[in-house]
Amino acid sequence: MTDTLILGAVAYDAKVVTIWDGFQKWLAQRGLAFDYVLYSNYERQVEQHFAGAFHVAWNSPLAWLQAQRIAARQGRVARAVAMRDTDMDLTSLVIVREESPLRTIEDLRGKTLGVGAMDSPQATMIPLQHFAAHGLVAERDFAVRRFDVLVGKHGDHVGGERDAAKALMRGEVDATCMIDGNHLVFTGEGTLPRGRTRVLTQTGRYDHCNFTVLDGAPDRLVTRFVELLLSMRYDDPVARPLLDLEGLKQWRVGRTSGYAQLDAGCARFGWIDDFVNAVAAR
Amino acid sequence: MTRVQIDLADLALDRGATVLLRARLATCAPGSEVSVHGVAPALAAHLAAWCRKEGHGFAPAADAGAPSKVVGLLRVGQAHAARWHDAERAGGAAGNGVVSKPKPTWGLAARGAIVEAGAPSFSFALDDQDEVWSDNVGQIYRAAAASQWDPETAIPWNAPRTHPAFVEDALVQVLTYLIENETAALLVPARFCAQVHPHFREVMQVLAIQAADEARHIEAITRRALLARDCLGSSTVGGQASLQTLVEEPDFVMASFLLSVLGEGSFLSLLAFLQTHAPDDCTREIMRLIAIDEARHVAFGVAHLQRHAQRDATLTSRLRAAIERRHAALRHTAGLNAEVFDALVLLAAGSLEPTAIERGHAAVEELQRQMDSGRQSRLKKLGFPEHDAQQLSSLHTRNFM
Ligand SMILES: [Fe+2]
Ligand SMILES: [Fe+2]
Repeated sequence: MTDTLILGAVAYDAKVVTIWDGFQKWLAQRGLAFDYVLYSNYERQVEQHFAGAFHVAWNSPLAWLQAQRIAARQGRVARAVAMRDTDMDLTSLVIVREESPLRTIEDLRGKTLGVGAMDSPQATMIPLQHFAAHGLVAERDFAVRRFDVLVGKHGDHVGGERDAAKALMRGEVDATCMIDGNHLVFTGEGTLPRGRTRVLTQTGRYDHCNFTVLDGAPDRLVTRFVELLLSMRYDDPVARPLLDLEGLKQWRVGRTSGYAQLDAGCARFGWIDDFVNAVAAR
Repeated sequence: MTRVQIDLADLALDRGATVLLRARLATCAPGSEVSVHGVAPALAAHLAAWCRKEGHGFAPAADAGAPSKVVGLLRVGQAHAARWHDAERAGGAAGNGVVSKPKPTWGLAARGAIVEAGAPSFSFALDDQDEVWSDNVGQIYRAAAASQWDPETAIPWNAPRTHPAFVEDALVQVLTYLIENETAALLVPARFCAQVHPHFREVMQVLAIQAADEARHIEAITRRALLARDCLGSSTVGGQASLQTLVEEPDFVMASFLLSVLGEGSFLSLLAFLQTHAPDDCTREIMRLIAIDEARHVAFGVAHLQRHAQRDATLTSRLRAAIERRHAALRHTAGLNAEVFDALVLLAAGSLEPTAIERGHAAVEELQRQMDSGRQSRLKKLGFPEHDAQQLSSLHTRNFM
């Protein structure tokens, strides 16, 4: 079936089926046969990508780094071909209660930090690397309490961040981590009372998901897929509902400059070494 | 060119600043730069997140939070303008803003609203102006709204009743027949109301209030029938067969013709007759108030069919076919319930004396002549020649409605 481009994606929510069904129809109307396979976790997706089960992976930033490292170990090449405009230049915030004595990063020493799922770049890994870069190492200089909701989803499910935020208000942790936009979501929905929290520190900017291809993918199909994505316009009433559903206004050409913090965190803490070793050895 | 500035003061994004931003940005061209000022906590981080989601660019100021209060520079994105790029106005709000064929995607949007492209298609079967519209439909609705009456207070329920028992029995039989007919008159506009494209909002409103009128008629008539009796009169096969052909007529134009022009038209004469021969003031007032409503129902039917006939030369022959079809369908039924005919005679007689009965009988014959001439004059208004009007009126159901 080399006439059909096959995508791999993780089903972090039931709407994933609606999204890719919609794209399948939209792409077919423009002459590109497209199909998709869903995995319940990113590790299986990365492993199956290298096993040749599909051509393009819709990868979390962590899955991207996993793929990139495995490829390097096997003498192969991974490329990020496209991404959402809304996945560029994110930051994470570390939030404390308004009345908290914590004022600087240094003040976290000896305290407890609430984080999301262990494999969440935005709610766990990038913040931990941020602290490490400032000299505070998790589990050595401060305690970490994880809110593991759906491990394997790389934090795509917002539940862990929300649970950590609730724990902050219950006084169970001294500070908690979340994507910048989720601070607004959590105060909007009432998880965090308005005006009762404060930003302790903000990470540097980073990028989120990308479409990853490995060397040997069918060039013609991948090129056409990317061309069609980049041609989707928000002023097109047929494309707009798909863009709204997937949460973007415009697809962008992929870039890999936004993964440095996560990369440094993985290097420092060895979070993905076992997985990379196992898959690379196959 | 001076750069637009938006000052949020101490307003945070989760306390309404997004509303202020959207209102101000709506007037800025895509690509233009706006400097945002404010002192709310975490404003720069919140603005960056919000702009990313909304498709705007945002560059935080190097010295955010400094005395300048400049939080950053926002570059207006394309998304807002893009969303409304292919939007179109669904006609005009006023009566003269009606278009002849509103689009299915205009759906429930108010006439005159700007409709985002890509809306789902609705299937309103009555989406052709010629089938439903009359130029006075707005006036008819306003008149209807202004003359709604409350059965509780509008009717003298305690007016004296001095008539003999057989007259009350006759009256209850006539009222029973009326309720059955009012029910048909409620169901027909209610059914088509849901099929009219809401672009023709005045038509939808008229049909809705017409159904509400009938509901009120059913209420008042039932209450009067039960004033002195515990149970109602009879319903016959012939009467129901006649009404079934009306209620099941699938075409709005035909149903409106059979119901409003011919049926309710005939009822105007019947209601006048019942006012004249009502045995008490309570009944008389009910009939008077119902007749005012019915006159409007007839007026709308005649008006939209008249307009339709002027625009479509084939309409009168289709209307003729509808009468003939219904006549054929009802040929072997009994027509007007004999009990109703007798009850009308007894009501007009007011006494069982032979001379009184003869007078009552003559009055009912006169009623039938009046119904016939009323139907003929309305048929002529729709453009039927004299001879056709005579012939078609005679084919109308013997059940009156
Ligand atoms: Fe009525
Ligand atoms: Fe009526």
